[in-house]
Amino acid sequence: MAARIHGGAGAGAATALSTFNPKKLVAPSRTNLPARSSKRCIVAAAGSDASKSLRVGHSQKLIANAAVATKAETSATTGTGHELLLFEALQEGLEEEMDRDPHVCVMGEDVGHYGGSYKVTKGLADKFGDLRVLDTPICENAFTGMGIGAAMTGLRPVIEGMNMGFLLLAFNQISNNCGMLHYTSGGQFTIPVVIRGPGGVGRQLGAEHSQRLESYFQSIPGIQMVACSTPYNAKGLMKAAIRSENPVILFEHVLLYNLKEKIPDEEYICNLEEAEMVRPGEHITILTYSRMRYHVMQAAKTLVNKGYDPEVIDIRSLKPFDLYTIGNSVKKTHRDVPTPYAGTLEEWTVVQPAQIVTAVEQLCQ
Amino acid sequence: YLPHWNWNCLTTDSQSEKSAVWIMALSRLSSRSNIISRPLSAAFRRSISTDTTPITIETSLPFTAHLCDPPSRSVESSTQELLSFFRTMALMRRMEIAADSLYKAKLIRGFCHLYDGQEAVAIGMEAAITKKDAIITAYRDHCIFLGRGGSLYEVFAELMGRQDGCSRGKGGSMHFYKKDSSFYGGHGIVGAQVPLGCGIAFAQKYSKEEAVTFAMYGDGAANQGQLFEALNISALWDLPSILVCENNHYGMGTAEWRAAKSPSYYKRGDYVPGLKVDGMDAFAVKQACKFAKEHALKNGPIILEMDTYRYHGHSMSDPGSTYRTRDEISGVRQERDPIERIKKLVLSHDLATEKELKDMEKEIRKEVDDAIAKAKDCPMPEPSELFTNVYVKGFGTESFGADRKEVKAALP
Repeated sequence: MAARIHGGAGAGAATALSTFNPKKLVAPSRTNLPARSSKRCIVAAAGSDASKSLRVGHSQKLIANAAVATKAETSATTGTGHELLLFEALQEGLEEEMDRDPHVCVMGEDVGHYGGSYKVTKGLADKFGDLRVLDTPICENAFTGMGIGAAMTGLRPVIEGMNMGFLLLAFNQISNNCGMLHYTSGGQFTIPVVIRGPGGVGRQLGAEHSQRLESYFQSIPGIQMVACSTPYNAKGLMKAAIRSENPVILFEHVLLYNLKEKIPDEEYICNLEEAEMVRPGEHITILTYSRMRYHVMQAAKTLVNKGYDPEVIDIRSLKPFDLYTIGNSVKKTHRDVPTPYAGTLEEWTVVQPAQIVTAVEQLCQ
Repeated sequence: YLPHWNWNCLTTDSQSEKSAVWIMALSRLSSRSNIISRPLSAAFRRSISTDTTPITIETSLPFTAHLCDPPSRSVESSTQELLSFFRTMALMRRMEIAADSLYKAKLIRGFCHLYDGQEAVAIGMEAAITKKDAIITAYRDHCIFLGRGGSLYEVFAELMGRQDGCSRGKGGSMHFYKKDSSFYGGHGIVGAQVPLGCGIAFAQKYSKEEAVTFAMYGDGAANQGQLFEALNISALWDLPSILVCENNHYGMGTAEWRAAKSPSYYKRGDYVPGLKVDGMDAFAVKQACKFAKEHALKNGPIILEMDTYRYHGHSMSDPGSTYRTRDEISGVRQERDPIERIKKLVLSHDLATEKELKDMEKEIRKEVDDAIAKAKDCPMPEPSELFTNVYVKGFGTESFGADRKEVKAALP
């Protein structure tokens, strides 16, 4: 029995599983750490017990290295790292990729001389020049289209939407051209574009600036979606997204930009299709991503005090879902609670930790 | 039909004189200044002229310019070019008419937008540029694909959704692409290809190729906002993009005067120079594109408005006569048809006879019929093809149909 979890209907899976006997526990040998089998990337140490990895075959097919399995609070490094904020991690990732590959360029509003509205592209224009860090006028539809056109010829543009909500103006380009060109051209053209931007509820930014568009993009075939939540995976996902041949939409969260964490000095990439095991547990699986991860971890503390052992997975890859990790986890716990950001997103509610605790308790009864 | 060298041997008595005159007249008719003495066997069928001297042709109308100096009306050409224009345009015309019949026979389904009447634009543009210059267009792309080097077989196979189509049967009429000739398609959404085209021009500038991009759109798409957005960026960043408005005066069923307050599409760029061209004259198109390429490489974007006409309706589902009169269509066909124009030029320059041109057309008809027959034999794509090329590299994820039972596949 593997859970059929597909975009936007995690809640359905949860109700289907609630008939299982909550007392049934699975043997503890878990397989949550993928093998490190790539050439140049660092292996980050695990936070908790690392048993044998069943994921060797799977991860060997994929581009690069695996995620770190840690708790959100502790940092994971082998040796010295350096501490930085999430937006700086994104910037580092972007800069390293631009250094590495001359085809990478950035386009967006105020990314160049201004340094980026959230400082993600700060300093890049001075370093790489105006032709590689392009300040565009305010025309999302056109510059997204231009990025896609440039990608058809082999460039790797990183398109920044100042706010994810603004990318709705470019939805036609993203949906019809970006997602479908590889298919309708019979494989002739690849679109190695990265579309990124902050979204989500900020502090009183108003309705139009607080949208989460994941559910809209979920229905587009051909694009990959990832969401970052920590400086470590922000940098890793940014690098992996730029190197990917598929169009990738990288969702960031406005309120997470100032998160501080220590990340390794060495170069590393996070796997685009993989979920991150934040806290292994036994009783119940909580799927989350982006900002909700922190709410869930807070709730987890309360739950642990109450005697539950939740397993928290940061799904990170929104499309395609990492069914392997999620499936294994749900197989183990037979119960999962998707937080609203992992479920349907038509109406947003910011779930508080207390609500998560209540939901878990209800499910475990 | 006596070979013309014979007339020297004839006697001058009255009877022979008449025949001599007759023979002289015949030989004068048949001799060309560029044909020297021919062997008897070849005299049966005079071959088409292979003269290499350049021919200068005047365009039918002068160019109208906006913010630039129009190019001259005299276009350099050659015999070979004239004949190849005729041949390729006749091929395009035949191909579109054949597509019409195939659609009515339900072998082509969905949308089918035909280009007949507008061939001069495709042909003239190809004559002025190289395969490194990129072309991107909307859904009326069959002939442009052919001009870029596509084969008839690929066209028909794709139209009928077969494996050997240019997009492996997965694109259809509106999604023809040819990467090796820098033909970027083939787009269904009106106007969306213009920002893509400016992006390609950006990439050309970025990679320092000395090439330009022709982003083609219609008079209907000329009212799209993204066009002006893209034009603004192109002008700002000095991109080598050329926006070509194929003005066939109707945006599906809406005439241009009902859709645009200012139907002077070449002026719509405001600060961007523009040129209005007679789109039914292949040489005018060639001259304009040559001019535009030189301009774009030095000074940034330029708009070309091609004044052209389509004989068919917007697509095969549109009869094309509810919003315009049949007299109008036949009037344009009589006076401005691009193939007729080339035919007249060929005949007036004595490059071939009527019969030869007719033979050429017969050959073309046969070529098209052969390609259709071959394409009909081509198999449909495999069911597994449904899931290939969705991503560049698959992830072991699954994809399934609506009920999750019938169709299930692991993305490779």
